[in-house]
Amino acid sequence: MTNLIDELRSGTILVADGAMGTMLMERGLKQGEPPELFNLTRTHILEEIARLYLDAGADIIQTNTFGASPLKLSSYSLGNRVEEINRNAVLAVRKVVEDHAYISGSCGPTGRFLKPYGDIESEEMYNAFEKQIDTLISSGVDIICIETMIDLREATLAIKAAKTISPSTPVIATMTFDHTPKGFYTIMGVSTEAAVKGLDKAGADIIGSNCGNGIENMIKIAQEYKNYSRLPLIIQSNAGIPAVKGDKAVYPETSEFMAEKAKELIRIGVAIIGGCCGTTPEHISAIRKVVDAFGKKTSSL
Amino acid sequence: MEILNEISRYLQHGDCEKVGSLTRQAVEKVPPRDILDNGLIAGMNVIGEKYKAHEIFLPDVLLAAKAMYAGMDVLRPLFLKEEMPTAGKVVIGTVRGDLHDIGKNLVGIMLRGAGFEVIDLGNDVPPEKFVETAQSENATVIGMSALLTTTMLVMKDVIEIVKEQGLSDRIRTIIGGAPVSAEFAHEIGADSYGYDSAHAVEQIRVLIREVNGRHGDREKR
Repeated sequence: MTNLIDELRSGTILVADGAMGTMLMERGLKQGEPPELFNLTRTHILEEIARLYLDAGADIIQTNTFGASPLKLSSYSLGNRVEEINRNAVLAVRKVVEDHAYISGSCGPTGRFLKPYGDIESEEMYNAFEKQIDTLISSGVDIICIETMIDLREATLAIKAAKTISPSTPVIATMTFDHTPKGFYTIMGVSTEAAVKGLDKAGADIIGSNCGNGIENMIKIAQEYKNYSRLPLIIQSNAGIPAVKGDKAVYPETSEFMAEKAKELIRIGVAIIGGCCGTTPEHISAIRKVVDAFGKKTSSL
Repeated sequence: MEILNEISRYLQHGDCEKVGSLTRQAVEKVPPRDILDNGLIAGMNVIGEKYKAHEIFLPDVLLAAKAMYAGMDVLRPLFLKEEMPTAGKVVIGTVRGDLHDIGKNLVGIMLRGAGFEVIDLGNDVPPEKFVETAQSENATVIGMSALLTTTMLVMKDVIEIVKEQGLSDRIRTIIGGAPVSAEFAHEIGADSYGYDSAHAVEQIRVLIREVNGRHGDREKR
């Protein structure tokens, strides 16, 4: 398998996978249960989901480790099983994809705030990222994906941990923005411009946004990123903002709608397009078709 | 009074030490109630407004809240328990299965900042716990937050328990959180919906006024 960065440099547009949480819920994830529990008890389901996204045409498959930080797992009394939880998630995906897709080790926020506004020191947070990322890398991920970040300081700690452990492993870093009357900001007040500059400076190889928005806002965010950045961009949009139908939460954006809008992301020059909450293998399959129809980007990065 | 303005100003800058020391100075000459209303709460109101207008973001609110607590710690012993002034009592929590609690914490901060008494049940709260606590603590409002589409329907369970137990006339429910909307609130029978933390505080004030008004009527009879 070629190197991810080289592949992007040659102008190839890659497709990442879609949501994990909603897939797990359909397969028995109970309320109150951490999704990472599947990594201990039901890895065959992780394999099944990886297979669905691989068959849908994803080039990048994420591990079920979004909340597998020691800081988060300890709130479920799973703090002593961090390595097992992270390793099993990687091995399950590897078993399915072999070398037909890149495996991206998902690394979400710790759920804690740094001092002075929060209660945790940088060092403790860094150590938590280090432990999770070290396990992901030694278990064989091809990429580290630091995602759904709202605090640039936290994202920076995670990127630095990844780059210290393995300078050659590509790092994706994405932040989640709210649409305010004054523009796009994370809850912590990070603008798109500050995100681009901060993530670049911290050493991320690929930057972008995931979660929090449907694809129309994501097109705007991608455009803003493009104005500030020379790095390859990744966009993983939610399937819109959910509505309730009967006893279920339903995401409104169909695979056709998202695929049509993905053309706009390609036009802007986004290098990796995938999905977040509410997206399914159907969404990814539809995006795959749009990307294939377009071919390679003419202006390489 | 100048010292109260100073307290408000340092609170807005999130300066715990200054707010603590100024509050200690102020209690020598100003009634604690005035310090609370015109110093600490006044400062948090400004923070709430600025947050609502997107002039400031979460870190500034968290810092201001820490400063407010520094001032409250000085004042608390000066109020006898029953005299601690309160705008009303509210039980808040993030519903079962949801460990996202930024929004809920923010509502707690804003409520305390506005002079409400807040019982924060934390996150991953079972539906029965909300209602039991509201009853045992004699709280008027239950505020629920969900950030996941998978957990937002748990809020409906809480509302149904309130109704089943015949508590609707004295316990009001309000919901909030990223996947939640006014339509959803209406659909599940919640009494109110807060689209952000500042709006939630305004709505809770209205709910408490409604319930108090109703009880007032009954006492007259």
